[in-house]
Parts: sequence; C-alpha cells; structure tokens
Amino acid sequence: MATSDMLVMGPNPTAEEPLPRIPLVLNNRSMAWVTQRICGIVEGPTPLWWFIALAICGTLALICFSCIGYLISTGIGVWGLNHPVGWAWDITNFVFWIGIGHAGTLISAVLFLTRQKWRTSINRASEAMTLFAVVCAGIFPGVHVGRIWMVWFLAPIPNANGIWPNFKSPLLWDVFAVSTYFTVSVMFWFVGLIPDLATLRDRATSKIARFAYGFLALGWRGGNRQWRHYELAYLILAGISTPLVLSVHSVVSFDFATSVIPGWHTTIFPPYFVAGAIFGGFAMVLTLMLPARAIYGLHDLITPKHVDVMCKIILLTGSIVGYAYCMEFFTAAYSGNPYETWLFLRNRMADPYIFSKLYNVPVAPYWWAYWAMMSLNVISPQIFWWPKMRYNIWVVFAVCMCVNAGMWFERFVIIVTSIHRDFVPSSWGMFHPTWVDIWTFTGTFGLFMTLFLLFIRFLPMIAISEVKGVLPEADPHYHPKKGDHENQPVTTGLHY
Amino acid sequence: MAATAERRKIYGLGARFSSATEIYEAAKKIRDKGFRRWDVHTPYPVHGMDAAMGLKHSILGKIVFCGGITGFTTAVCLEFIPSSILYPLIVHGKPTGLFTVPAFFPIMFELTILFSAFTAVGTMFVLNGLPRWHHPVFNWDGFGQFSDDGFMMIIEAADPKFTEQGTSELLAELGAKDITLIHE
Repeated sequence: MATSDMLVMGPNPTAEEPLPRIPLVLNNRSMAWVTQRICGIVEGPTPLWWFIALAICGTLALICFSCIGYLISTGIGVWGLNHPVGWAWDITNFVFWIGIGHAGTLISAVLFLTRQKWRTSINRASEAMTLFAVVCAGIFPGVHVGRIWMVWFLAPIPNANGIWPNFKSPLLWDVFAVSTYFTVSVMFWFVGLIPDLATLRDRATSKIARFAYGFLALGWRGGNRQWRHYELAYLILAGISTPLVLSVHSVVSFDFATSVIPGWHTTIFPPYFVAGAIFGGFAMVLTLMLPARAIYGLHDLITPKHVDVMCKIILLTGSIVGYAYCMEFFTAAYSGNPYETWLFLRNRMADPYIFSKLYNVPVAPYWWAYWAMMSLNVISPQIFWWPKMRYNIWVVFAVCMCVNAGMWFERFVIIVTSIHRDFVPSSWGMFHPTWVDIWTFTGTFGLFMTLFLLFIRFLPMIAISEVKGVLPEADPHYHPKKGDHENQPVTTGLHY
Repeated sequence: MAATAERRKIYGLGARFSSATEIYEAAKKIRDKGFRRWDVHTPYPVHGMDAAMGLKHSILGKIVFCGGITGFTTAVCLEFIPSSILYPLIVHGKPTGLFTVPAFFPIMFELTILFSAFTAVGTMFVLNGLPRWHHPVFNWDGFGQFSDDGFMMIIEAADPKFTEQGTSELLAELGAKDITLIHE
C-alpha cells in the first residue's frame, strides 16, 4: 500500500500529520458506492454456493433438533452425563456459545462508546452473530433441565404450589442475565437495522421486497428530527449494553464461582470469563467475516486495518486469559488448600511427558484437554505480536480456528476436569460423550450457520448508514479542496 | 394526472442538496430565517445538524432514566416480596436479610437494564412517530434518494413563513436542486 493511499482524506489532506491515519473505507468510495455494494449482495441473484451451504447447515440443524427431540422424549440419560460428571458438554456448549455471543455487543456498544469508528464495518454482522450464538447457547440450559415442560418453574410467577424461585441463586441470575442480554441485543440490532432497511425499501424493485423491507423499516424517513432521538436512543442502548455485556459472562461464571468445588470456587472467574468471551467472540467474528469479505469482495469496507485491530484485541484478550490461567494456578498453589493444588496438578496439568515426571505424580486423565486449551488459547495468538502475521489472512484465519477450538476446551477443562475427580476418590469417574452429545453440539453449528446464511442473504451485513457516517465527506465541514476552510477539525474530521 | 395532483393539498416543498456541507450551510440559513416546520433527511445523522437546525437536545434520556428506575423498583418488589413474605427460603444458610442483599443485586441490575432498553426503543419510536408506513413525503418520487446519497430538505406548507413562490426561490438561492412541490 502506497503511503499516499494511506493518507487520511480529512478536511485538509495536505496538512502534515505525524502519523497519517488509514482511511476506514479504502479507495475513496462514495456513498452511492457503499449503498450499491452492500445492497447489491441482498438484491443480486442467489449464488449456488449459498444453496449448497444452506443445505448442509440446514441438515445439521435438523439433526440438532432431532437429537433434542430424542433427548426430551427419552431423558437426560441419552447424554453421557452421570455421577460425578453431572455437567459436561451441555454446559460447556452453553458457555462456549454465550461467550461467542459477547463480541457482537462488545463491538456495537463498547467500541461505540469509545468512539472506535472502525467498528462500523463489522458491527452489524457481529451483532447478528451474537444473536445466533445466544440462540444456540439458550438451547442447552433449556433442554438440560430434563423435564422441559417444567421449565417455566425458572420464572418467578405465582403458581398453584405457592413455590417461588431462589433469588439468591446464580442459576436464577443466569436466567435473567441471558434473557435480558438476548432481548437487549435483539433491540440494539433492530434499531441499527432500521435506516438500512429503509435503504433496501427505497431500492426495492419487486413488490414482495418493497412490502417486506417497507414493513420492517417502519416508515423511516431519515429526518434529522428523527435522527436526533434515534442517535440518543442508540447511545443509551450502547451505554446500558456495556455493563450488560460485562455482567452476562460474570453471572455465567458465578454459576461456578459460588460453588465449593475446587477449580470452580475462584474469585478470578468473572473478569477471566469476560476476557475469554471477548477473545472467543472476536475469533468467531473473524472466522465469519474473512470468508464473507472474500466471497462478496468487501475489501474496501473490511480493510486489512480492521483485521489488524481485531487481531490486536485477540492478542490482548488472549494474553489476559493466559494470565488468568496462570494466576488461577498460582492461587491454587499459594493457597495451600490441598484440594485446589491437587486438582490443578493431577486433574489438569500432569501430562505424561514433563509435569507428571517433574512432580512425580500420575498422569492427569484430561491432560490433553488442559494443554490443548493452553496452546490454542495462549500460545497461538502470540504470533500476532508480529505485524506481518496480522496482515496475513491465512495466518489470521488459522489462529482464529485455534481460538475457537481452544475456547471450547477451556470450558470443558473448567467444567469436566473439576468435577470428575474431587473430594472422595470412591466417586471418581470419567466423562464419555454419547453420539447424542456429539450430534447435538455439531448440530448447533449447523443452526448457527443456517441463521447466518439467511442473514447475509436477506439483510445488509454491513451497517450502511454507519459506514456512510465515517466517510470523509460525511462531515459537514469537509471541503475537498485545500486551504479554503478555517477551523478544521484535527486530523480526520470524521465525526459521529 | 397532473390536473388531479394540482387539486390535492400541498404538503410542502422538497429540495435536494448534493453534500452534507451544502445542506448543513443551508439549514443554518433556513433556521435563521425563522422557519419552524421543516426537516432535513439524510442518509446518516449529520454531525452538528441539531445545532444547525436549532433543535434542542432530545428528552429521551430523561424518560429512559424513569424506565430504569421502574425496572429497579420492579426487581426489588419481585425479589423481596416472595423472598421475605410469600416464600422465605434459606439456602446455603443465607436467609433474606440485610447481609444477603448483595445476592439480590444481579437481578436488580438486569431488570434495570431491560426496562431501560425497552423504554429507550419504545420512546424513540413514539417521539419519531414510528411505525408510520405512510407519510406525505413519500409522495415525492425522488425522496427515496435520502437513503442512498441524497441530502433532502423539506419545508412544510404548514409553516407560517411558507409561500410557494418565496420558499422555492429561497431554496434555489441556497443551491438546492430538484425543487419539487409535494402534495398530501
């Protein structure tokens, strides 16, 4: 990339800048181009690969539903859960998916409040990803209760038995946190979509499209008298979603942290879970956006710079997670609590090659899960210290796949290795997944991808109005010619 | 067709500007002329346009605050009435009392957020008059450009300062294109 391309198209492009900013949309694209590029994806003919992908993912989703049907009709015994491992893949998958669901709101809300304008190119797809991940997450706690027809007992409603839930229980907090998170995320997503649905409505040529998009756009007119309320509502949603996103995974971690099980009873869990969620979520955003960018030619909108900053976030959060792993271990060792020390060394760390020999202890049955987690989550992102690697799409994609797998292992390690061997050796046991476990989990990927495929086909996957707002000419003080305007805003002139 | 259109009531005058800068400058002039019932329709919220149009800060924030307080109060009632009166439950040796109040915080927090979010979205819809699928501005064929790259200004006939001739000349003077009469 030539330096001249990297110069910001600010109010005065020739003004000397110590560090030239890289434009958020490359090649000086116009607003009409942005509209055409993004709407064109929705309006164009459906590509063949889309049908093939939908067929595969839809089949997997159906398998997932069939497995759930089998589970409900037969009982929880069709899963590999048993004493002592009463929580295994179900809660692992729940925490895995809900964690992925954190990046969307983080990108929408936290990066909005911190005025990170690069978020505009990726926020819509990440918000959609959030919703679909939370849908997948919601399945597991929903069905793992066993008698699913009793699931309404979770809700604090007056009933004939006069029974109320325990409001001091983290499991009830979880019900409130996850359902609030889903509801608020849906609203946030839809509010963001309204102006773009209006764009699709105004461009629609077929009657059905005009009706459907017109109905969903609610008659949006883009008047400034509307925008001022809209912007404030969006800001407030961002403001309240920021603590919300941090609270959801904290509450999920309380499910474990408030218990007395060694390996779960840890005060570091809330921040550690939140960092892990952001980490895993960003990896999933990149996993989805890199192929979408390549297939639909969105390179001017999702620029190498976007990939670069996301990699930096992955590096940061991955290192926080690594710190948490080490600190958890240190705390266990330093506490002098024999159960904690025992668990970390003999249930997790003691691999057959080094640690079991070093400490002269038996090999931990799940050592492979622990070390898979360590190497995939902590070691693999360290490659992003090297800037060249952050610009190499294949390396980025490979690391993201590692992180996706690593974050699943993290939850598996936390849940299963902590409970499979605890206080009483007579009740030790291993967990073995059944085919129902495996296909339900695989099927949720099908469900997730089915929803995402439908999303990219029928809705604008990039926030059109927000991208327009960060173009240089979006600023009312923008003058293409130099030197004919005073009071230039510093460097970019890009405002919200 | 034109003859029937003539007989319909006039809603206002529409005009298009080709950039944010132009419409921003034009809005300041229209504001200074004392127009009240007019709006600019833009593809994205133009920064500083509220001031350029002489609009006050949205009251939405205050309403959302009330929504949040309602959510908090709802949570307090929802949690403490069952836990202390209807169905006192002692789990983990934690009765409902002053020392266990922190255990009730998460649900208070979540409901505060939930109610605030509903209020924010609901209030935004009400203040913006959404959903309203039909509106006279859609009678202007070129209006759809606002959602692409058009910067549209519409001055309503209901404005006391509005005259078909004078307003249209004023818009032309400000550099507007496609000045169109919009009927109800």
